[in-house]
Amino acid sequence: MTDTSTPPPPTENAGSAPSKGRVGDRVFLGLSRGAALTILVILAGVAIFLTAEGIPGITASPDEVKSGKTFLAFVLPLVFGTLWSATLALLIAVPLAVAVALFVTYYVPRRFGQTLGYVIDLLAAVPSVVFGLWGMRVLAGQLVGPYEWLEANLGFLPFFGGPASATGRTILTAAIVLAVMILPIVTAIAREVFRQTPVLLQEAALALGATRWEMIRTVVLPHGRSGMIGGAMLGLGRALGETMAVAMVLSASGVITFNLISSTNPSTIPANIALQFNEASGLTVNALIASGLVLFLITFAVNFGARAVVNRRKEFSGADA
Amino acid sequence: MTTTAPSTPERDTAPATVRSWHQPQLPRGAGWYALLLAVVLASGLHVGLGLALIPSLLVGWTVLGLGLPALSYAIEGRRKAFDRLVTVVVSSAFALAMVPLVSILWTVLKNGLPVLSSEFFTYSMRNVVGEGGGIYHAIWGTVLVTAAAAVMAVPLGLLTAIFLVEYGGEGRLAKIIRFLVDVMTGIPSIVAGLFAYALFVIFFGPGVRMGFAGAVALTVLMTPVVVRSCEEMLQLVPNELREAAYALGVPRWRTVVKVVLPTALAGLVTGITLAVARVIGETAPLLITVGITDSTNVNLFDGRMATLPVFTYSSIMSPGVPPEPSIARAWGAALVLMLIVMVLNLVARLVTYFFSPKDKR
Repeated sequence: MTDTSTPPPPTENAGSAPSKGRVGDRVFLGLSRGAALTILVILAGVAIFLTAEGIPGITASPDEVKSGKTFLAFVLPLVFGTLWSATLALLIAVPLAVAVALFVTYYVPRRFGQTLGYVIDLLAAVPSVVFGLWGMRVLAGQLVGPYEWLEANLGFLPFFGGPASATGRTILTAAIVLAVMILPIVTAIAREVFRQTPVLLQEAALALGATRWEMIRTVVLPHGRSGMIGGAMLGLGRALGETMAVAMVLSASGVITFNLISSTNPSTIPANIALQFNEASGLTVNALIASGLVLFLITFAVNFGARAVVNRRKEFSGADA
Repeated sequence: MTTTAPSTPERDTAPATVRSWHQPQLPRGAGWYALLLAVVLASGLHVGLGLALIPSLLVGWTVLGLGLPALSYAIEGRRKAFDRLVTVVVSSAFALAMVPLVSILWTVLKNGLPVLSSEFFTYSMRNVVGEGGGIYHAIWGTVLVTAAAAVMAVPLGLLTAIFLVEYGGEGRLAKIIRFLVDVMTGIPSIVAGLFAYALFVIFFGPGVRMGFAGAVALTVLMTPVVVRSCEEMLQLVPNELREAAYALGVPRWRTVVKVVLPTALAGLVTGITLAVARVIGETAPLLITVGITDSTNVNLFDGRMATLPVFTYSSIMSPGVPPEPSIARAWGAALVLMLIVMVLNLVARLVTYFFSPKDKR
């Protein structure tokens, strides 16, 4: 905390001596450092207030809360649903995002690639409530037929055991909506790492007679691996915390099942909070806040890991994606 | 890759079995012809034979995705064939990613446009049952809550960015803060809402709902975005400008205010606009902190307010009887919300375009 005396690198010699004692400088430094410390305080505050309000919910006895269960029995199916839907979304989104990023970086002329990148970014600009609206009113209806086909033809797999939902509002539908929502950020980060692949290596591969795919497989993908992993984990963080789309699309009954297409689906922590919060009172609210704390810890861990992986590589963030 | 170049001794001994340097190739643009063929085939099946849209597309895709590589395998060999297969797969992935975007834009426009009318923009939902009513109250709520969030998040984010770029450098505090800002970007929006609720419960008791709590939640979501984009912009300001100012004896804070910030202004405005666009569509935190109401409420500190995202959500989730007018209003509000976000994004890009240095265009 004694870095008042450390001048910034660019002004090592020029700035330090004359500016040290000026009141204006001290005030300004104080203000900006105060703002930076406020960020720490906010982040700590999120953890502290959630814990303070959540603990009564964790310790509440089953007959004091609406769910009628202990906190563990209440939260475990939700944790399962959250992880399960986010994993499914990731399985759909990551291959698609990598392919899209390859397409706009290596398969179209540079000028178009930029524009097509913007078009994909447009998806990130769609508010989540609109995704939810689209998922429940349009996508779910379209998927009823395919789900029935899956049940009839692949019903021997536990994932498609059925009976197929008549509304299409299943965990798979929710996962598809989530996948569409996280596609832009995963694509943006994949594009960024692909763009940073050294041109010399690419040209060397092509000069050795590699086809475009061989160049990508031997140069671009190995170079971008950690970036892609980081991007996928950031996408996972988003998918875990996404609320409205799941709350609106999924018709949840709070069970633990791997069945993707039936009408009984596990709920997720954020969706459950959104759906229950306004009718809740007393310790039920605290239990919901405690489940939010669990979500916070999960996403914090995922994001922490993702940032560590991404930052190890190069300086870029998903903040502007 | 090592299989292509035939080694010299081989060529000397058995010239007949060696592949020529000039392998036969498919004509240039073969991929485009194949695509054309597939499209013609698919539309022929769909329009001519009355097959449903999705199966026809699947048939067309199969012809393109398997036929072209198969042909290429016969003529050009395994490696080229695989390359063509990957090209088809990667391009289809892009097309597939476009489907939801087009579908969303199309359905929102189709269902939302008929709802828009002067009544829709100038009436609240007060005493409205069934048809009629509008989003006047929700527009007010969204504008006020977002503005309050921006008033808190922008100075906080900008000052933090200034600290990181101008004072922090590579110091330990700056590194920690950079990392935590990144992590903060990933806080789920509902957790931000719960935080604001837990904070306000302490002062106002259980069941608190007010616009300002929503603004606090949005601030938590908005600040890291502002910090990251402003930091990026401030780093683009050339060090020569700072050094020139110091050489003239200008104090550091005046250098920041008079030289660095004006230079980066266009970028800062862009970043802040994008941050606003990002939080204006947030639903979950407002749902649990601000709630929803039917009347116009312009007091951030007094009770529930309607906001566009929550209005959309509650219109569709609890439409009342009959449900049709409420569902129509939900589409209308969704369209208005999307238009606002798109306009903000457009403004941000235009600011960058017109105010950035000429050679950077």
